[in-house]
Amino acid sequence: MYSQSKKAKNTISLFITYAFLILFGLFMIYPLLWVVSAAFKSNDEIFKSLSLIPQKIVTDSFIKGWQGTGQYTFGRFFANNFILVVPVVFFTIISSTLVAYGFARFNFPLKRLFFVILISTLMLPDSVNLIPRYILFNAFGWVDSYKPFIIPSMFASTPFFVFMMIQFMRGLPREIEEAAIIDGCNSFQILLRVTGPLCKTAMISMGIFQFIWTWNDFLGPLIYINSVEKYTIALGLRMCVDSAAAIAWNQIMAMTVIAMLPCIIIFFAAQKYFVEGIATSGIKG
Amino acid sequence: MTARLRRKDLVGLLYVLPWLVGFLVFKLYPFIMSFVYSFCDYSMLKPPKFVGLYNFIYMLTKDELFPKALVNTLKYVIITVPLKISFALFVAIILNMKLKGINLFRTVYYLPSIFGGSVAISILWRFLFMKEGIVNKFLGLFGIEGINWLGDPRIAMFSVSLLAVWQFGSSMVLFLARLKEIPSELYEAALVDGASRLKMFTKITLPMISPIMFFNLVMQTINAFQEFTGPYIITGGGPVNSTYLLSMLIYDNAFKYFRMGYAAALSWVQFVIILIFTAFIFRSSTYWTYYEYDEGRF
Repeated sequence: MYSQSKKAKNTISLFITYAFLILFGLFMIYPLLWVVSAAFKSNDEIFKSLSLIPQKIVTDSFIKGWQGTGQYTFGRFFANNFILVVPVVFFTIISSTLVAYGFARFNFPLKRLFFVILISTLMLPDSVNLIPRYILFNAFGWVDSYKPFIIPSMFASTPFFVFMMIQFMRGLPREIEEAAIIDGCNSFQILLRVTGPLCKTAMISMGIFQFIWTWNDFLGPLIYINSVEKYTIALGLRMCVDSAAAIAWNQIMAMTVIAMLPCIIIFFAAQKYFVEGIATSGIKG
Repeated sequence: MTARLRRKDLVGLLYVLPWLVGFLVFKLYPFIMSFVYSFCDYSMLKPPKFVGLYNFIYMLTKDELFPKALVNTLKYVIITVPLKISFALFVAIILNMKLKGINLFRTVYYLPSIFGGSVAISILWRFLFMKEGIVNKFLGLFGIEGINWLGDPRIAMFSVSLLAVWQFGSSMVLFLARLKEIPSELYEAALVDGASRLKMFTKITLPMISPIMFFNLVMQTINAFQEFTGPYIITGGGPVNSTYLLSMLIYDNAFKYFRMGYAAALSWVQFVIILIFTAFIFRSSTYWTYYEYDEGRF
């Protein structure tokens, strides 16, 4: 008798939990689904109903939106984004792994101090360096190029990633490395053949985060990129909204979807790396 | 022996060198220069001219936008940070249950966060909260008359803040990871002692997650103080500057009017405010964080 009522109580609380999860989940996901559906709706329909299924499916919003506003199409902005993001991701992975290896496996003078500095830069707000960095890069002649993004990435400039790699490497057993030393490997060979491959998961999650952050970055390109020819998607999107806003909403929605697509694909392709990355380092978002 | 050790030290230093150079050139040097510029009049056309405290005096006495931006920024932080963290914790606790299909829900709740402060998501927000937008359409279903979410200076900040709240995913994942580590024996023991659910939450769950709470609080506060893209794209700081933030004031002065010295002074004020807030969280945390092992301490 007792167990039966308890069972019933459990069923009810389970039902409530699921109802909440589903309802709240719908709230969370609806805006995202709405952009996608709006891209396929006609302009008149976009604000008329809450329905996610278009009454009449329109596909030319993607074609027209892709043309952009001026002389450059979204194809250009899209390509630019890759030209900017790919090297940044590549160099971030290499440099952060090297530096983390140094911190995790070696002792050297001032190591503790350096580590404390690394951790404090983790909490240093970027904006305090914004202006002098711009002045510096301007003096280097880097403005209106992708150098302000690519070159710092060669110097492990995101403390999050270094910290995350250090944490990951500390969790790896040292025995295999010691075996490699006995086999006559030098430290770089060990990194290349033993430690590096073991860090693959962390390296991938680092790459994913860096890709998504750089892909979505707006303030950086806004400051450093002047010519439309070099615009990234973020700048291209803003330009479209500012100029043609009221007229072709479905085109803007279509380009918004295009801008989000790479992140969505990466997210679903690499979910486990995502969670691992956040959980080991406590990365922001 | 010592010679070998020293060589090994050198090798370690070599690996760390890229970071060290990067730190000196891209972090420390700009940091110092930012301080120097804040006492200068500098338009980048002529060399910087030392003006003493003029920038700070101007900020406090003449710049009408500064107090406005300061209050707005504080509002933004006070709305987003607590809401975001409470949502993150609440959802994490539910997602920590052993339920079928829980991974799907985790994905759904995390998804909005991957876009961060992107232009795409800000444009979406602008469309959702327009006068004729979907949010009002939804309220209309319940017979509630539409609100001018982005056009009314009294509520525009709230509408803009909701974007950050919606993206609680990263904080949630952190809470979730920690919740999973809490040994179930603790709850079992409490259950035997006849503890209520609320008691278990306040006496077991909260202390166990407090280090993560602390981390989330610090990181989210630092981020919220610097928010730029969302409000810039959604409202452009309007209506009547009601969503105009410190970051926009810095941006406008630096890159619109090329008042680099003044902008640097503003960014230092922003930095000091962030510092005060983080210091406060650090200080207070000794009273409410609990560490199993002392090494876990920051």
